[in-house]
Amino acid sequence: MASNKDSFGKTLFVVIGLCFVCSMFVSTAAVLLKPTQQENKLLDKQKYILEAAGLVDTKAGKLEKKTVIDTYNKYVEARLVDLKTGDFVEGNADTFDVEKAARTPATSFKPEHDIASVKRVANTGVVYLIKDDNKQLQTVIIPVKGYGLWSTMFAFLAVEADMNTIRSLVYYDFTGSGETPGLGGEVQNPQWIAKWEGKKLYNENGELAIQVTKLPTVAASVHGVDALSGATLTSNGVQHSLTFWLGEEGFARFIEKARNGGLS
Amino acid sequence: MANAKELKQVLTGPIINNNPIALQILGVCSALAVTAKMETAIVMTLALTVVTAFSNLFISLLRNHIPSSVRIIVQMTVIASLVIVVDQVLQAYAYDIAKQLSVFVGLIITNCIVMGRAEAYAMKTPPMMSFMDGIGNGLGYGAILLSVGFIRELFGNGSLFGIEILSKISDGGWYQPNGLLLLPPSAFFLIGGLIWMIRTYKPEQVEAKG
Repeated sequence: MASNKDSFGKTLFVVIGLCFVCSMFVSTAAVLLKPTQQENKLLDKQKYILEAAGLVDTKAGKLEKKTVIDTYNKYVEARLVDLKTGDFVEGNADTFDVEKAARTPATSFKPEHDIASVKRVANTGVVYLIKDDNKQLQTVIIPVKGYGLWSTMFAFLAVEADMNTIRSLVYYDFTGSGETPGLGGEVQNPQWIAKWEGKKLYNENGELAIQVTKLPTVAASVHGVDALSGATLTSNGVQHSLTFWLGEEGFARFIEKARNGGLS
Repeated sequence: MANAKELKQVLTGPIINNNPIALQILGVCSALAVTAKMETAIVMTLALTVVTAFSNLFISLLRNHIPSSVRIIVQMTVIASLVIVVDQVLQAYAYDIAKQLSVFVGLIITNCIVMGRAEAYAMKTPPMMSFMDGIGNGLGYGAILLSVGFIRELFGNGSLFGIEILSKISDGGWYQPNGLLLLPPSAFFLIGGLIWMIRTYKPEQVEAKG
């Protein structure tokens, strides 16, 4: 028996046969499950958009899928923005893949001051406009991302209609290993998120003034947010993400137009 | 077919007598990582049990055909395929938990328990018993994971399965959570403690001093 199963032909047959069966098995599972997975990803993102806008309370327990979709469809309007001009452009923002656009040279540019280590930026960004029942603009959500200590961190910055007062900053995804749990991972701590509420992005001269800081006096001011202790590099990453995405190579033009009434 | 006593031995043996984590000290890495919460510990246990049981089953079915020169590679191929499928299923049907478990589901491939059982047991045992052995070892792994997860979530976060048991000071209660328990190193102490308890109860598990 031993000589038979260890023969060259048998070995080759078993290995090739096994590889064939296994690859069929794996690819069937991957193809069949893909639609459900993509639905989950989209749903997850929508949930965080709603959370950033303060429309749902994620702490109250698990959200029903239907609640998320209904609330999202009712209040949230996703729009494409040309970063260079700050104007809205036509297109379906819900299906637009910013990450893919950022990877494609034709639809992206390399930022000159890449402080957030984003590598490439898509020419077109997506913003989410949150309107109330009377179609009045309540909140604008600007996606920001930037490198923390271990990973690229994705967040939604929710700003009130004055484009200055912060409603919330919600970190929803990390690529790679994520930030250190208990230290940098605290960017997702509700208590830290709560510190952003009501802070102002810009000073009287219209300059970007928001600051993640270790100084208690600055943190107490209207432009300061207390940095995470034990997570200097993650805190720096948060600061850089905001500075970059609110800056000239980010959404600065859009925000400028919006502040001058471009959205209403 | 094996008798009932042998079956019971295969199924329950790995829980205390021959625990894969406590006696064989296998699969400790994932036990440190996923036990901060009961929910992730349970899902990880299920994932590992499914993978071990089915990899044992398939490898046992093939055991008379696997050429010995490439047997480890054949085992890895079977295990890796199963792990990918489990990962895909979790991402489709338990997305939140899959996100928390992140890389650790994928790392079941390298979990020594799965490989160890395939090589040591399934290669020379009929399929049904191998399958049961996989379930038994999954249970043994789960017993440690759940004990550690219970202590870590209860005293580290004041909750079990996300439901508040001890109300935390930060939420206006009285309990000051032990932050260390939420960090992976605490699982070292807890697993060490469990091993000590098991070996005090069953002194025959203590290795002979060299």
